[in-house]
Amino acid sequence: MELSPFYQELISSLNRGLLVSIALIVPSVLGGIVIGILAGSVRVFGVPWLRKAADGYAAIFRGTPLVVQLFILYFGLPNLGIYFTPYWAAVVGFMLCSGAYQSEYVRGALLSIKRGQYFGALSLGFSGVQTIVWIIIPQAVRRALHGCGNEIIYLIKYSSLAYIVTCIELTGEGKTIATEYFRFTEVFLVIGVYYLVLVSIASMILKKIETKWHIPGFGLH
Amino acid sequence: MLESLSVIKASLPYLLQGSLLTVGIVIGAMLFGLLLGLAGAVGLVYGNRLVQVVLDFYVWFFRGVPILVLLFLFYFGLFNYLGLNFTAFVSVIIILGMVTGAYQANIFRGAILSLPRGQFKAASALGMSDIQAIVTIILPQVLRISIPAWTNEFSIVLKDSALAFVIGAPEIMGRAQFIASRTYQHLAIYMTAGILYFFLTWIGVSALARLEKKIRIPGYSC
Amino acid sequence: MPQDVPVLSVKNITKSFSGVPILKGVSLELREGEIKILIGPSGGGKSTLLQCMNYLVAPDQGQIWLDGEEICITKKRDVYAYRRRVGMIFQDFNLFDHLTAIDNVAIALRKIKKISKKEALIRALKELEMVGLADKGHLYPAELSGGQKQRVAIARALAMDPEVLLLDEPTSALDPELIGEVIAVIRALANKGMTMILATHQIGLIRNLAHEILFMEQGLIVERGTPGELLSRGNPSRTQGFCDRLNELYDEN
Repeated sequence: MELSPFYQELISSLNRGLLVSIALIVPSVLGGIVIGILAGSVRVFGVPWLRKAADGYAAIFRGTPLVVQLFILYFGLPNLGIYFTPYWAAVVGFMLCSGAYQSEYVRGALLSIKRGQYFGALSLGFSGVQTIVWIIIPQAVRRALHGCGNEIIYLIKYSSLAYIVTCIELTGEGKTIATEYFRFTEVFLVIGVYYLVLVSIASMILKKIETKWHIPGFGLH
Repeated sequence: MLESLSVIKASLPYLLQGSLLTVGIVIGAMLFGLLLGLAGAVGLVYGNRLVQVVLDFYVWFFRGVPILVLLFLFYFGLFNYLGLNFTAFVSVIIILGMVTGAYQANIFRGAILSLPRGQFKAASALGMSDIQAIVTIILPQVLRISIPAWTNEFSIVLKDSALAFVIGAPEIMGRAQFIASRTYQHLAIYMTAGILYFFLTWIGVSALARLEKKIRIPGYSC
Repeated sequence: MPQDVPVLSVKNITKSFSGVPILKGVSLELREGEIKILIGPSGGGKSTLLQCMNYLVAPDQGQIWLDGEEICITKKRDVYAYRRRVGMIFQDFNLFDHLTAIDNVAIALRKIKKISKKEALIRALKELEMVGLADKGHLYPAELSGGQKQRVAIARALAMDPEVLLLDEPTSALDPELIGEVIAVIRALANKGMTMILATHQIGLIRNLAHEILFMEQGLIVERGTPGELLSRGNPSRTQGFCDRLNELYDEN
């Protein structure tokens, strides 16, 4: 069966867009996790002024829409002479926003670890660093995994906002074709399928990791 | 700097008007989502196989497709295709409502499953029909324990409503974009918009926290 | 059995928490193979004393000697080194929730004593055997009963070859039917000559195991003596009265 020329063009554009989307998602997810771990740890263990700063960061980025953050990065900062390319505006915005949400899960995970775990380690002669590396982090990772995974799924979907700051990825490529042929329903249904596949693959991988790392007593589903 | 301030001052009433529209969108979508979510959760837990499959698909679809894609799909595509002439405002309420409905269905489903099984049995033992048991015994408890998750959902919908401008709804973001493109004060205007969203989130979250406190019953520590 | 140089001794330990004095100058000595039992009402400072003796809580004042050497804490490292020589058992076990029973015992050997994984596991298995849990090594804390958790915790402490074992109400968090298995392990340790100090309300341990009973109240040791001295019939001691009340509770159950 041959695809009609419209669908051939659609699929080849969307595949091109998909690559851009992936190029947006991967560094954003990784950056978001790194920022989330740093900010989350600071929010629990940091000295007061640092903790306040990290709390403020999380509150601001979680309290405002991602699209506002992207607009400020891409359209606003040039008022101060700071210019981002569309791609970098999107990636930086995604990282900062995702990092704020991730920090919330990291913080929750760290706070959920009982004091006794520290006592147990210290009483055996573990140093502070050893306690964190061997006892706290392995537990916190498992506690945070589910929430952080959900945040990654959100980020995959919100990567579609890159198109608003003119970084033409999956949604942007589709919009161009849809407008050109005025066939919104078909085009956006197909795009929807692309995202569903992306999200489903990511969920499957995350579920695999969760199952693999599952330990009785850690309340993961 | 001065210029930015005067632009902000001049455009603030216009943006505040937009925030009324934002509030309308959020309230509309949350209530629509509440209906869908409650019905969906009841169907997911108590429905027959067919109902469950349909609802599973609904939840999977609306949780897996980006809002932006859904806005384009429904507003420019399906609604047109079906000959439905909804305004952008109504369309956004319906679309965001369907998305949050999918998330809320999951929230309420979890809450129903967390209730002790005895609750339903006790209601049946008193002679209630299944529907009576669900409406008078199960759902009131479910709503109560779901308030924190629902609050979270509210703040997500509020932020998602900022995407309504892509189909031309003149809410905060739509108006901010309009002003910014004319005054070139992008930074100042979008910062102002951000602050408005921040305040709206804060107001809504505090109000819901107050509601939670008000209807607190001993034993529901969630 | 007791020898001349105490294994562990503390002198004039004081500790306050936000201005409230919890320990008001406590001194005691543990000789090799000696078992001392701390009793007294809760809030009397027993737990804080044991935590000070492990340096989990740094005492405000006072001295600690281990093996005849005064412990001078100048660096953090000194604390770690000291704790490795003094084992601690907690009321609520504090097993590492993410590690299996055997890994709970092995982890300190591997990460602190830098013993190879294989050797650490062999040693850990030996300790689990000692507490009768050789077949439970693969289970996680969430899969163990309270009594089993406490026995793993004891095995974990013993694996470090501590010179002294501090036990802070090791059976208080356990269901009555699980207390016996932990007491049996403690008795076995006593028979092997382990030096121990133990805060407990278990009347049987107090009577049969203690070389000396220390009655603590309001941050001070207010009474001390052998079980024979303090618990003889008709003795008006605080200890006797306290144990009578424990007995009553025990009988009621």
